[in-house]
Amino acid sequence: MTKWNYKGIKAKDLPKGAVIPEGGTAADYETGGWRTKHPVLDKEKCINCLFCYAFCPDSSVIVENGKVVGFDLKHCKGCGICAFECPKDAINMEDE
Amino acid sequence: MARVEAITGNVAVAEAMRAVEPDVIGVYPITPQTIIVEAYAEYVAQGEVGTEFVAAESEHSAMSICVGAAAAGARTMTCTSSQGLALMWEELYIAAGLRLPIVMFDVNRSLSAPINIHCDHSDTMGARDSGWIQIFSENAQEAYDNFIQAVRIAEHPDVMLPVMVMMDGFVISHSIQRVELLDEDKVKKFVGEWKPDYPLLDADHPVTWGSFDGLGGFYFEYKKEQYDALQRAKDVSQEVAKEYAKLSGREYGLFEKYKMDDAEVAIVAAGSTAGTAKTVVDTYRQNGIKAGLIKIRLYRPFPAEEMVEALSGLKAAAVLDRSPGYDVLGGPIFQDIQSALYQSGTSVPLVNYIYGLGGRDVLVSHIEKAYEDILNVAKTGKVDKKVDYLGLKE
Amino acid sequence: MVATLKELAAKEDKLSPGHRLCAGCGASVVARMILNASTLPVVVASATGCMEVSTTIFPYTSWRSSFIHNAFENSGATMSGVEAAYRALKRKGKMKDEFNFVAFGGDGGTFDIGLQSLSGAFERGHRMLYVCYDNEAYMNTGIQRSGATPMGAWTTTSEVGKKQAGKIQHRKDLTGIMAAHGGYVAQASPSNWRDLVKKAEKAFAFDGPSFINVLAPCPRGWRFPSEQTIEFARLAVETCYWPLFEVEGGKYKINVKPKTKKPVTEWLKPQGRFKHLFKDVNADKLDELQKFVDDQWDRLLALESACRLD
Repeated sequence: MTKWNYKGIKAKDLPKGAVIPEGGTAADYETGGWRTKHPVLDKEKCINCLFCYAFCPDSSVIVENGKVVGFDLKHCKGCGICAFECPKDAINMEDE
Repeated sequence: MARVEAITGNVAVAEAMRAVEPDVIGVYPITPQTIIVEAYAEYVAQGEVGTEFVAAESEHSAMSICVGAAAAGARTMTCTSSQGLALMWEELYIAAGLRLPIVMFDVNRSLSAPINIHCDHSDTMGARDSGWIQIFSENAQEAYDNFIQAVRIAEHPDVMLPVMVMMDGFVISHSIQRVELLDEDKVKKFVGEWKPDYPLLDADHPVTWGSFDGLGGFYFEYKKEQYDALQRAKDVSQEVAKEYAKLSGREYGLFEKYKMDDAEVAIVAAGSTAGTAKTVVDTYRQNGIKAGLIKIRLYRPFPAEEMVEALSGLKAAAVLDRSPGYDVLGGPIFQDIQSALYQSGTSVPLVNYIYGLGGRDVLVSHIEKAYEDILNVAKTGKVDKKVDYLGLKE
Repeated sequence: MVATLKELAAKEDKLSPGHRLCAGCGASVVARMILNASTLPVVVASATGCMEVSTTIFPYTSWRSSFIHNAFENSGATMSGVEAAYRALKRKGKMKDEFNFVAFGGDGGTFDIGLQSLSGAFERGHRMLYVCYDNEAYMNTGIQRSGATPMGAWTTTSEVGKKQAGKIQHRKDLTGIMAAHGGYVAQASPSNWRDLVKKAEKAFAFDGPSFINVLAPCPRGWRFPSEQTIEFARLAVETCYWPLFEVEGGKYKINVKPKTKKPVTEWLKPQGRFKHLFKDVNADKLDELQKFVDDQWDRLLALESACRLD
């Protein structure tokens, strides 16, 4: 199925019974605005243990080839778990 | 070749289920539906069907299983009675709201308390506005025929709603009658293969069922869609009935009109009572009295316009309700008919009778009492008692 | 072999961001770990609750797998139906795909209103993993007590006042109840991610019903700062308030035995929901909670050693 365009959609055009006919559409919804602080990574200190990836409630730690490369700030709610759990203090929570 | 058997209503329903051979049955036993469950369990044990037969730990779970299975993409069936239907309540609305074409047989039984295992229609009457299509059957043959047609009505793309088919507990479910059973391969061909639009079980196309619409979404519009679909079931049920008539030779309308062409008075009834009423009508006719009968079949959606048309011109009519109707306005069928007449501006003097609760025997004399009353109303044009009781011990 | 974080991170997350769970929610951490441990596509069912409501706000769904929400008390039965459909369609040759089946419920949907449905699903032996994300109260409706709420905890229906110091009763032993059903049963914590992922993998490999009870700390309901969710899960394990164990073939095995069992007050004290317990008048409550934890731990050790006897 092609990407669903929700804007201007009428109920009669929707699948019956409020079925959402594709997966992961919430990625289009940004929760970054909830944040008062955002995580900042110090790549020098990071050992890529990926605990921050494991413990993120919002799937917002971006990992490429086994390395932390940054944060999905469109979705990160700024809870601070990544910074708190980082064994090397490589993540700092900074004011928005 | 169709075969003729002497079987109970319950076995007739089990035979219909076996002929359709749904993918999943989620079910819980309750009197007087039990024999349907037992018969199907026997088919499973003998390897006669490929159905996944899930014996749930409650009716609530039985219907929850049906919802899960139907959303997964399976053709799904169940059956219940009375308290069982009451326990399913929450799930009835969910099944209808999710537009799942689940087909259920309900063997009509009274609701507690006091506990009583015998027939009345209070169980399914309570569910009349749950969004399910409801079809009453007079006898075992109709139970069989209606149940097979229900599959096609439920799964019709213009409908996509669950259907409950009913027959009277014990009176029909446990009495042996002559039933013509169709060849199972013909039934399978008639219902065809079920191909759902958005099954959960499609790894390449993940879908979300039962989404939350509480933040100003489309809830209202979805309910309107659901209402429209339910109304469309009226025409669809007639298309399906026509096709079924070709297969079986038996014709089914929205309701049955018995000797109504020139009738001056008529009774409206649902279920096995219609059978008794027909013999009463015949007796009146032999005596030159123009009595008729309307037998409810499709109860939800209620065929209001057609009912008004059938009743208009009568000098008086009696509506028989086999459920208590705690409302001062009378029983549910009576209220439906009265509203339909009022909305159309048609005036027919109407009397409502509550009868047969908790399996109270419905005697010819009870039906005669109703006819005598409306013959009197026809004469005087006056209704003394709008809501009355038949067969109540004084 | 337990998947490494590097391996898990190489796959697309099965839970997309953009859900409306609170910042620091323990439930979504649990859901991610469980789902990402599956090598097969999954079908997810969820009881009504925080996770269901926040992840499926129409037309946005966080589930990249097929998902169904039916009602509050029937996640087990709903998934039974999905699994039954799978068996039937497979047998009739109508469907080729392979799946793992995961049902989620909070403690309200599992310990309380959904227990019968879960018990029935287990007894019937459906191949499914039921995960209770236990945040110890009805959080979705605003922090009301459940059968999982610990004694002494404040909730909006176990209030703190002149005559009462939070919840009067201890929580029920749900993991024990589920172990009595058979199947694969475990208790886990997101702090011990490796243990949790391993248990999920075991459950997926098990040809029958499995149940994992996972502690899911709730910053809002437990009254602690959002960055400490995993820390509170960890402290629960280190104090033996939340022992990590599994039951396979009726045999108990404790997975983590802390070298020194921390006093339960270390877990209780920083949580706002227990702050009244630290007034002198409630000292006996603290003793009773410590005794509850000690008795539970001793019983678990005894069960484990009894299982080694044969």
